[in-house]
Amino acid sequence: MARVDLEVAAHERLLIIGPNGCGKTTLLNVLSTLLRPSAGSVSYPGLAKNPRKDIGLMGHDIGIYEDLSAADNLRVFARMSDIDPAPIRALLATVGLEAGDQAVAKYSAGMRRRLALAALLQAQPALALLDEPFAQMDPGGIAGVSKAIKALPGAVIIASHQVQHAAPLATRAILMDCGQIRWTGRADQAEAAWRALHHERGEL
Amino acid sequence: MKTLLNVLHKDMLIEWAARSRTVALLSFAYTILLLFAFAIGPDAGALRLHAGAYMWLGLLLTSTLLLERSMRIEVEAGALSKLLLIPIDPAGLFYGKAIANTLQLLLVGAFSVPLIFVICDATLTENIGWLGLTLILGSAGLAAPGTLYAAMTARLSGSQLLLPLMLFPLVVPVIVAAVKATSLVMLGDPMDQIGAWLTLLACFNLIYWSLCGILFGRVIEA
Repeated sequence: MARVDLEVAAHERLLIIGPNGCGKTTLLNVLSTLLRPSAGSVSYPGLAKNPRKDIGLMGHDIGIYEDLSAADNLRVFARMSDIDPAPIRALLATVGLEAGDQAVAKYSAGMRRRLALAALLQAQPALALLDEPFAQMDPGGIAGVSKAIKALPGAVIIASHQVQHAAPLATRAILMDCGQIRWTGRADQAEAAWRALHHERGEL
Repeated sequence: MKTLLNVLHKDMLIEWAARSRTVALLSFAYTILLLFAFAIGPDAGALRLHAGAYMWLGLLLTSTLLLERSMRIEVEAGALSKLLLIPIDPAGLFYGKAIANTLQLLLVGAFSVPLIFVICDATLTENIGWLGLTLILGSAGLAAPGTLYAAMTARLSGSQLLLPLMLFPLVVPVIVAAVKATSLVMLGDPMDQIGAWLTLLACFNLIYWSLCGILFGRVIEA
């Protein structure tokens, strides 16, 4: 990435679109503090002194223990985060999962992503970073995930190729290409900008 | 301390959920011990003389599988990143995981002892408490550096090969001291040397557990 200048307001919903390898995941990892930028800086004026406390990330690796059940995963993270583990059944129901004994290893990819979203809802982060939240989802899953994203309390940044599903959840969008921000605008204009980029690259 | 207990509880919960893997690990340890016995042949004297060495080599080889798996569960689906974002105390994470690994190694050791006594025709000439203490200190001496190195190699391709390559040279003093102490318990200790070997084991444990606890945070952030 180079010359990326981005501000995100509290409670803002931002959509990041762009072709594969354009830097969406890298940007999310930098914003999450898990990846240190080699140049430049990131500041979190609205977050805690240690911003990690207020940041939730749902990356390609969704952050679960495969051998545990969905409920046990949420219980483990609640204990670690020192938060109330009580509403686990309700949390799982929000994302369309049941609190059974089945190990997450037996879940489909879509079910795993829904569980990761339940974990984000449980943590209630002030800044939620979602990398391809609709990947490998069936229509029911997409509806459940959309509902869960709307329920997130703070600022939400979504990186997704599935503009038609992600744009209605966002207010602003940026288009990235080759590690740079090529376009910024309203989320409902994102699909047009995306098409224009494809056209420019001769892909449409 | 709270983080340590939470991590220990989490690791025990995972091991219980995947207990078939623990059975496979115990079977692996038994297979190694039986292979040692077959390789030496029906020489009861040689088997008895080196029973301690077979036991600790079996435990060392089994430990590489156990330690590699203990960090793989953290990185394979990104759970470690989630823990870092909580944010979890790295020292608590290290000590929780290292204690969980020590307990599992102790379990493997406890199951190996009866087989060693049977296949090597070994006997106890000293107090069984010494053998228990050797097992605890030896397992802890393998678990602490093993947990650190497993964290270093977990994200690399070929981690199952890299871990033993890095770990084995470092734990040579632990293995030597543990084998000596175990052999003295089994063969007799006319010169009261067990205490000295256990003190050496305790010293290495002190160094490993304190140094690895400090370094672990840097390793997982990298």
